Amino acid sequence: MSNIPTELKYASSHEWIRKEEDGSYTVGITEHAQELLGDMVFVELPEVGDTVTAGEDCAVAESVKAASDIYAPISGEVIAVNEALEDSPELVNSDAYGEGWFFRVMPSDESEVDALLDAEGYQAVIDEE
Amino acid sequence: MANKTILFNKHLESNAKMVDFHGWDMPLNYGSQIEEHNAVRQDAGMFDVSHMTVVDVIGNDACAFLRKLLANDVAKLKVPGKALYGGMLDENAGVIDDLITYYLTDTNYRVVVNSATREKDLAWIAKQSQGFDVTVTERPELAMIAVQGPNAKAKAAAVFSSDQNAAIEGMKPFFGKQAGSLFIATTGYTGEAGYEIIVPEDEAQAMWQALLDQGVKPCGLGARDTLRLEAGMNLYGLDMDETINPLAANMGWTIAWEPSDRDFIGRKALEALRDAGTDKLVGLVMEEKGVLRHDMPVFFTDAAGVEHQGVITSGTFSPTLGYSIAMARVPNSIGDTAEVEMRKKRVAVRVVAPNFVRNGKQAF
Repeated sequence: MSNIPTELKYASSHEWIRKEEDGSYTVGITEHAQELLGDMVFVELPEVGDTVTAGEDCAVAESVKAASDIYAPISGEVIAVNEALEDSPELVNSDAYGEGWFFRVMPSDESEVDALLDAEGYQAVIDEE
Repeated sequence: MANKTILFNKHLESNAKMVDFHGWDMPLNYGSQIEEHNAVRQDAGMFDVSHMTVVDVIGNDACAFLRKLLANDVAKLKVPGKALYGGMLDENAGVIDDLITYYLTDTNYRVVVNSATREKDLAWIAKQSQGFDVTVTERPELAMIAVQGPNAKAKAAAVFSSDQNAAIEGMKPFFGKQAGSLFIATTGYTGEAGYEIIVPEDEAQAMWQALLDQGVKPCGLGARDTLRLEAGMNLYGLDMDETINPLAANMGWTIAWEPSDRDFIGRKALEALRDAGTDKLVGLVMEEKGVLRHDMPVFFTDAAGVEHQGVITSGTFSPTLGYSIAMARVPNSIGDTAEVEMRKKRVAVRVVAPNFVRNGKQAF
C-alpha cells in the first residue's frame, strides 16, 4: 500500500502539490508513481521563469524502466526547481514527498487547485489501475 | 499459474517485487536494482537462476552429437570441467539458443540453456539426437544460484564445506566441477568473478540463507540485465533469436570453423552469410542525459554519404558508468559515431565494441 499524505492534492497522472507559505505550490510525483517507475536515473526539469499549463508535460522522469512525462497539475510560473535531482535523482525514490520534489509553481488560477484530487480520490485512481 | 522456483519464499522474505518472466514468477528487485547492481560490482550479490534448464548429455556418442548440434566445437575441450559458450543453430543459421556446455568426460557433458527457450530447445535436442547413442536428461530437480562480485568467491567459500573448497581450489575461469552435492562453476552473467552453483532443490533454501548470512545481497532480474549489458553479454530474445545469425550477434568468436569437415547444423547457411557479409552487433555510448532503449532506431552515414539504419537490441542506464549504453544491430559499414532517435529527436552516440565494464572498470 502506497503512502498518500492527506494534506496534499493530487493529479490522476500521479503528481502531488503542496501549498507553501508564499502562496506557491511545490510539485512532485507520488510514492506510487516512483514505485511503478523504479530507480530514477535522470530528471529533466523546467527552467525557473517558464510558464507551465495545467495538464501539459513540463518535465521528464527517466528511470531504469522508462522515460515518463511529468504533467503540470496547475498553471503558473516556475519559481524554483529542485537542483539536487541533477546529481541525486534517487531522492525521488527515497523521499517522493520531501527531498524528491520537482519544482515550485506560483499559480495563475487558484481554482485549478480545487479541481485536483484529495488523498481519497487519488487512492481511488490507483485502485482502478 | 506461473512456475515458482524453490527459492520463491526466500524472495518474499527479502521483500522482492515479483514479476512474470516467461512463465516464471521471478524477483525483479528487492527494493533498488541500482543498489543490487552496485553490490555485484563492488562486493557480492546473488541471483536465483533456478529457472534455467540443466540438461545432461550422456553416452558413447555424446561428443559426436554435440559437435553436430553446436556451432562451437566441444572437441576443443580437453580438460575435465572446462566450459564452452556458443550457439545452437537451425538449418538457416538462426540462433535457437545460446548455451554453456561443460565437458565432464568424453561421454558426459552438462548443458545449461535458457528458461524462456526450454521447450523448443528440448524438442530440438531430442529430434537431432536421433541416431546417436546418447541419453538426454533434463534435471529439473536442480536449482541454481549465481554468486557474483569481487568478494563473491570468498563469501561462497565460507558456505562451502572444506571438501568442496578443496575440490575447487585454484579452479580457473569458465570451469565447472561436481563437489559433493554441488556443481560449482566459475561462470556468470555479470562480468565479475564468482560462481554459478547448481544445487539440489532440497538444499537450495539453506544455501541461499547461508549466503545471505554472509552478507551476499540478493539481486533481481533488473540488476541482472544492467550487469550483463555492461559486460556486453547477449540476452536471448532481445539481442538475437532464430531470425538472427551468430555473426550478426557478436557471436562470431563462438563459431568453430575448423576443422572444415565438421558438419554442424547451420554450417552451410552460415558460410554463405559469412561470404555475403552480414549486419553486426555494436556497442553504443551516450554520455548526455537520457536512456537508450530497445527498438530505438540508429542512423549513420557511410563514407559515400549514404544513410543507413539499424536498431537498438538492448539499451539501459549503466549504473557503473553513470550514463546510457546499448547494443545495436547495424550494417557493418558503421564508423565511430551514429545517431539514435529518441523522444522525437536525434542524439549523437559513440560506437564502440560491445563490452562496457569488466571487473568493475570501464572496458572500452
